[in-house]
Amino acid sequence: MIGLSHYLILSAILFSLAVAGIFLNRKNVIILLMCIELMLLAVNFNFVAYSRFLNDIDGQVFVFFILTVAAAEAAIGLAILVVLFRNRRSIDVDELDMMKG
Amino acid sequence: MKATLLTIVLAPLIAAAIAGLFGKRIGRAGAHWITILAVGLSFGLSAWVLWQSMTTTAVVFDDTIYTWMVSDGLSMEIGFLVDRLTALMMTVVTFVSWMVHIYTVGYMREDPGYQRFFSYIALFTFAMLMLVMANNFLQLFFGWEAVGLVSYLLIGFWYKKPTAIHANLKAFIVNRVGDFGFLLAIASIVYFTGSLNYGEVFAKSGALTAGRLEIFTGQLWPAITVTCILLFVGAMGKSAQIPLHVWLPDSMEGPTPISALIHAATMVTAGIFMVARMSPLYELSEVALSTVLLIGATTAFLMGLVGVVQNDIKRIIAYSTLSQLGYMFVALGASAYGAGIFHLMTHAFFKALLFLAAGSVIIGMHHEQDIRKMGGLRKYMPITYLTMLVGTLALIGFPGFAGFYSKDAIIEAVHLSTIPGHGIAYFAVLSGVFVTALYSFRLLFVVFHGKERFDDHTREHLKESPWVVTLPLILLAIPSVIIGALTVGPLLFGGWFGSSLQVLQNHDVLAELGHEFHGPMAMVTHGLQQWPVWLAAAGALTAWFLYVKRSDLPAVIAEKLSPLYRVLDRKYYFDEFNQQVFSQGAQQTGRLFWRIGDETIIDGSMVNGTAKAVGWFSGVIRGIQTGFLYHYAFAMVIGLAALLGWLILAG
Repeated sequence: MIGLSHYLILSAILFSLAVAGIFLNRKNVIILLMCIELMLLAVNFNFVAYSRFLNDIDGQVFVFFILTVAAAEAAIGLAILVVLFRNRRSIDVDELDMMKG
Repeated sequence: MKATLLTIVLAPLIAAAIAGLFGKRIGRAGAHWITILAVGLSFGLSAWVLWQSMTTTAVVFDDTIYTWMVSDGLSMEIGFLVDRLTALMMTVVTFVSWMVHIYTVGYMREDPGYQRFFSYIALFTFAMLMLVMANNFLQLFFGWEAVGLVSYLLIGFWYKKPTAIHANLKAFIVNRVGDFGFLLAIASIVYFTGSLNYGEVFAKSGALTAGRLEIFTGQLWPAITVTCILLFVGAMGKSAQIPLHVWLPDSMEGPTPISALIHAATMVTAGIFMVARMSPLYELSEVALSTVLLIGATTAFLMGLVGVVQNDIKRIIAYSTLSQLGYMFVALGASAYGAGIFHLMTHAFFKALLFLAAGSVIIGMHHEQDIRKMGGLRKYMPITYLTMLVGTLALIGFPGFAGFYSKDAIIEAVHLSTIPGHGIAYFAVLSGVFVTALYSFRLLFVVFHGKERFDDHTREHLKESPWVVTLPLILLAIPSVIIGALTVGPLLFGGWFGSSLQVLQNHDVLAELGHEFHGPMAMVTHGLQQWPVWLAAAGALTAWFLYVKRSDLPAVIAEKLSPLYRVLDRKYYFDEFNQQVFSQGAQQTGRLFWRIGDETIIDGSMVNGTAKAVGWFSGVIRGIQTGFLYHYAFAMVIGLAALLGWLILAG
């Protein structure tokens, strides 16, 4: 029987993968964006699981919001990425250190 | 009387203000007329006051004119004390000042600062009158500082001349040293007697005698001695006594009328006047009297010697002034206050005369002051020559001339004195007579006799000075001859000063001298059998031999005695000493504070230190700002984890 804890564990694994992806990835900004999406999905998993477990529809409403925001964020993120690539001819994370103090 | 005294004081002040502030509007003639008239008025009224004071032995006027403020019972006021001592000083000051005003019309004829000059000397007259007429220490100090200020302004009158600027700074700074002592003395007087008024202080002098001051731990000094010596320190500054004499020769950078008025006849005698005025205090401290005596004697002898080797006409007379001021202090130290004031008066006339005559020579020589470039001026400037001869004879104490009576009285007084140190002082003043005659006649012979050592261009323009210059010379020459014989009897032995000068019975050398005094003529005949006259004659003869008969000898002597000559030529290395020790010392201390205190501590560690600390901290912080996204994300996650962990563990 698949219970709440399985969902939560899957969500935690997804989240950890996303975090690891952010830290380990040294090349591509797109992968960074994908990792962030993945984190949001992990969070969504939690929401849906708890919503079902607690019989509360609010969690699923939140998921819709988050999906919407994530879509918008992905659109803006990709747009920024395109501009960044035009300006610097690169989306290599190791080269993006303009904020260095 | 009150109105008269106020007029005497204020007339020169108002004239100074008008000449100074409206100099352009009233023009050159306006400036000299208004100041000459004002000072003439002061002189006339002063003479009248002197006449008034002769008719009564009592104090003519001693009252407060204006109360400035009263603080805790100590009232600070402006007031006049006019007795015979003051009246005499007022008359001398205004007379010499008046002569100098007239003389200046000729001397400064072509100077662009004509009105400014008249404004200054009239202001000086005001300040000096305030000083001598004061009835309290505050006003005395005001006058003291005011004459110092005018002296500063006038030494640096030609303010584009670097040497003049150095000289006036030097005068000002050296005088500050003296004034510091003076101020401490006034503080001590207020501390012990609680009053600034002369009369009240003298009445309470017992408090000073009984008082003790602990200057160094464990050593109690009598307050009266400390106070009197501190007062004398003030007098040393103003009256240029060793070791505070260094400013006076340099003050000769100023215009000659100033040298005559301020640095010979009046201001420099303020110290003598002050000590005489404080005679009721000085009498109570033998140590202070002894100090005055010894410092005076040292100055009288040593500074006279320096005068022998100088070559600047005005500096020779300046050293002569130092030496004569020394004589006056010797008289004061020997408790012969009358003799000191008497010498002050005669000296004011003949020294002003000598300076003005020197000024006349300087005009004739087109502002050449080196006596080695003069010679044989006698036939070009007969009036100047004759008046200068009179001044010289008066200075060396030629029998019958003014200086004879005053100097002889001083020497006799020291001879009879019992104050500790009188032996050395007697020797110093006696040898001083020889030295005085030597340098005075050296000056006269080198300038007016011998062969002419100037060029033809100078000879063409060489002529007697105009009447405005020679008239004061003649008017000053008359008292230089007769004033001594006229006043010696009453001034020294007749108790003329009354209560203004107080002498203890056992100090009273003048009274002792008075027993042997039988009129001025008798004094001359008696003087002829005494050392001083013959020493003076010997000095004059030596000068004649060295500078007229064998004018090649001085150079040989200077060569033979070169160590001594060098010491004299460098004026005993006082300037070098001050330069090395005080000036350099102050600069070194200043540099120390600058380098360590200011640059290292304040600038280095506090001002720049703050900036440096911020810089260092930001450097550390900057290391964290790598610019890589994943580092920021990592920090965020770690932060989040830490925050959550804390919430869970603490909650």
